[in-house]
Amino acid sequence: MTRTRRLDLAEDALAEAFSRAAERWPRNGVPANPAGWVYTTAHRYVVGRLRAEATAGRKAPLIAVRDGWQPAQDGPDEPADDRLPVILLCCHPAVPTESRSALALRLVIGTPTEQIARLFLVSTPTMAARLTRAKQKIVLAGIPLGMPFDEELRVRLDEVCRTIYLAFTAGYTPGDGQGLVRADLADDAVRLALVLHDLAPDAVQVRAMLALLLLQHSRRDARQRDGRLVTLAEQDRSKWHHDEIRAGLGLVAGLGPGDGYGEELRLQALIAAEHARVSSADATDWHMIARHYAELEARTGSAVVRLNRAVAVAEAHGPHAGLALLADLDELLGASHRLPAVRAELARRAGDIALARASYRRAVERCANEVERAHLTARLEALG
Amino acid sequence: MKYFVLLAGCGELPLWDDLTPEEQEAGMAQHGEFADACAVKPGVEILGGEALGEGTTATTLRTRGGTVAVTDGPFAEAAEHIGGFYLLEALDLDTVIDLCRILSIYDIEIRPVLDIG
Repeated sequence: MTRTRRLDLAEDALAEAFSRAAERWPRNGVPANPAGWVYTTAHRYVVGRLRAEATAGRKAPLIAVRDGWQPAQDGPDEPADDRLPVILLCCHPAVPTESRSALALRLVIGTPTEQIARLFLVSTPTMAARLTRAKQKIVLAGIPLGMPFDEELRVRLDEVCRTIYLAFTAGYTPGDGQGLVRADLADDAVRLALVLHDLAPDAVQVRAMLALLLLQHSRRDARQRDGRLVTLAEQDRSKWHHDEIRAGLGLVAGLGPGDGYGEELRLQALIAAEHARVSSADATDWHMIARHYAELEARTGSAVVRLNRAVAVAEAHGPHAGLALLADLDELLGASHRLPAVRAELARRAGDIALARASYRRAVERCANEVERAHLTARLEALG
Repeated sequence: MKYFVLLAGCGELPLWDDLTPEEQEAGMAQHGEFADACAVKPGVEILGGEALGEGTTATTLRTRGGTVAVTDGPFAEAAEHIGGFYLLEALDLDTVIDLCRILSIYDIEIRPVLDIG
């Protein structure tokens, strides 16, 4: 993209290259340098299109390039790696927030628009329009390709991490109606996180984010059984991907305390690590988890973090302690089904069946996902 | 690329006429700093720029159903606070953003000027 400054061509070229890879690699085997193969194929495609346009005499919209920035040079065997400037471009503050993850998935790992639409639970035309608008904004407003420095780079990498994490959690958001686990859609976000870590391995927020994603994603095959939701406590841990856990734990071990968004990610990764490193749920160090959540809540003031903290505190100090933390959350999480669901479970443990019943009812009312609702209904009925 | 930079009173400060002479001088100094910064930035040229009369000095025209209504005042509450503009030539948006940081007394909207030629 840096040599041609053509956002449109870059996108088409990448999609074409990935589609050819999907066709040929199963037959001919994966090449020794897969990324190189993809980018060389894409590069050839772009050259072909430019030739055709030159013949037709068309004038195309170009993206701006930051003054003074030197893009990487083409190597003898393969074109230069644009991916980091492109990821940073997608997360520029002037790019509409709701388009950033979609654009990054599209332009860096070539995810088909239809798949991105399913990830974010919108129709394909809606997602296509969102992508088009974002690309138009980039070209028309002159948002430039290039590398920011120092503080601006740190802020932009924070935004990239937020963006990738958003794409990841979207894959774990149950759709309306059927289906709970759409974790295969989260694969794309993990892929993107791996690419980013390749490109910026020294950035702490990038390492923390990758650790968090690997640790959470490693549980994907244990989350559902016979169409039912399986809670963390009940999961068959042999179904966890232990190679991913090892990689995640390794990354976490290398992270020191820090600041800002990177520190938030590190705390979340530490929590995920506590779950991942034990072979059975009873061995979980809930005191440690509760401490991490307390720090996270102090940093973010997030109601969702408070909710998760309440669960950890209940495990560590008993249900009444957990219930106390839920007290002022109704205002902040009014539409949530998770809040009443958590309250119901803690109330049940505390022996307050009336509160448990009322809370499960409220949770069932608010839950939009069939599989999750079935799970909550079963819990309600089990109260008797 | 051409950019239209709209300068609006940022709501944190009173309207220009209500500022003290010292505050007004500080505001004018920002414009001077802005011009100096533009002069040394590659690819940047100030093509135009004016201070505008306040919202109370505005006159609005609206044509509805073929009839033109002329009224006193700006056409929207937000437009009341527009105090001036610049028209800039610059290579990219980040250049404009960097320059506009100097004009911190304003809320600023940056619009690309479309080339309809």
